[in-house]
Amino acid sequence: MSGYDIERLSRLIGMLPPAPAAWRRAARELPRARRELDGIVERAEADAEFRRALIADLENALRAEGVEPTTWPLLDELRRRVL
Amino acid sequence: MEAARNAREAAPRSPAALSAELSDARLVAACRGGDEQAWGTLVERFSRYVYAIAVQAFRLPQQDAEDVFQEVFARVFERLDTLREDDAVRPWIAQLTRRLCIDRLRAGSREVVADTEELPDGPDEDVLAQLEEAFDVHDALARLSENCRDILDRFFARDESYRAIGDALELPAGTIASRISRCLVKLREEIGPEARPENR
Repeated sequence: MSGYDIERLSRLIGMLPPAPAAWRRAARELPRARRELDGIVERAEADAEFRRALIADLENALRAEGVEPTTWPLLDELRRRVL
Repeated sequence: MEAARNAREAAPRSPAALSAELSDARLVAACRGGDEQAWGTLVERFSRYVYAIAVQAFRLPQQDAEDVFQEVFARVFERLDTLREDDAVRPWIAQLTRRLCIDRLRAGSREVVADTEELPDGPDEDVLAQLEEAFDVHDALARLSENCRDILDRFFARDESYRAIGDALELPAGTIASRISRCLVKLREEIGPEARPENR
């Protein structure tokens, strides 16, 4: 019998359960989030009023742009770049 | 032949099929070229691995594991251009995950025991070694038929019951056990003798 007997194979399959779906979704959406981030930063640099809105209430300003901050993966980076 | 392969790879495929078909190096090259479907596949290919390193080897609590998980993929996305050899993406991701887990443990340890010099527990090296093996087994699993892949993953990795599997795959619950056995045999054949532990 090989080292990969059925019991061992079963255990090894079980060692890699899926990561939570929301985590994977956020990671998959990084390219889109990156484009959104660049657009927001660019606009904040060009539009003083928009920048003030971001500083005053970042999360609501994002929502107004159609970005849901609670699931958006680059919120911390946006804070670093804009605030 | 190359043209046929290129045409096949340009056609829409399911993530699972794409994942099984593309080597790590080709997947990295596609991601570097801005292919967002390839990026999604890369995330799916390595997400379990990153998650398992954080939760099983480093025993991070769920919130810390999530932060590490997102940071790993953010850095991979940002720094893919710095990877010297495309087929080395797996050890690169493993190293990145380990480093971020250690940073997280140290940060937590500083908060809890600010007045001591004690370092937090390191990873469980046995678990890390087993995760490498588990990744290879999942790689082989991805080469099996969708039916076998699905049934083995649902039963062993997702911990679903015979009934849940039967309902999801529209199979009589009484046939699930025998299907699992057959698929495990196929998986063992797929792995082949050269990869078996006693031959390493």
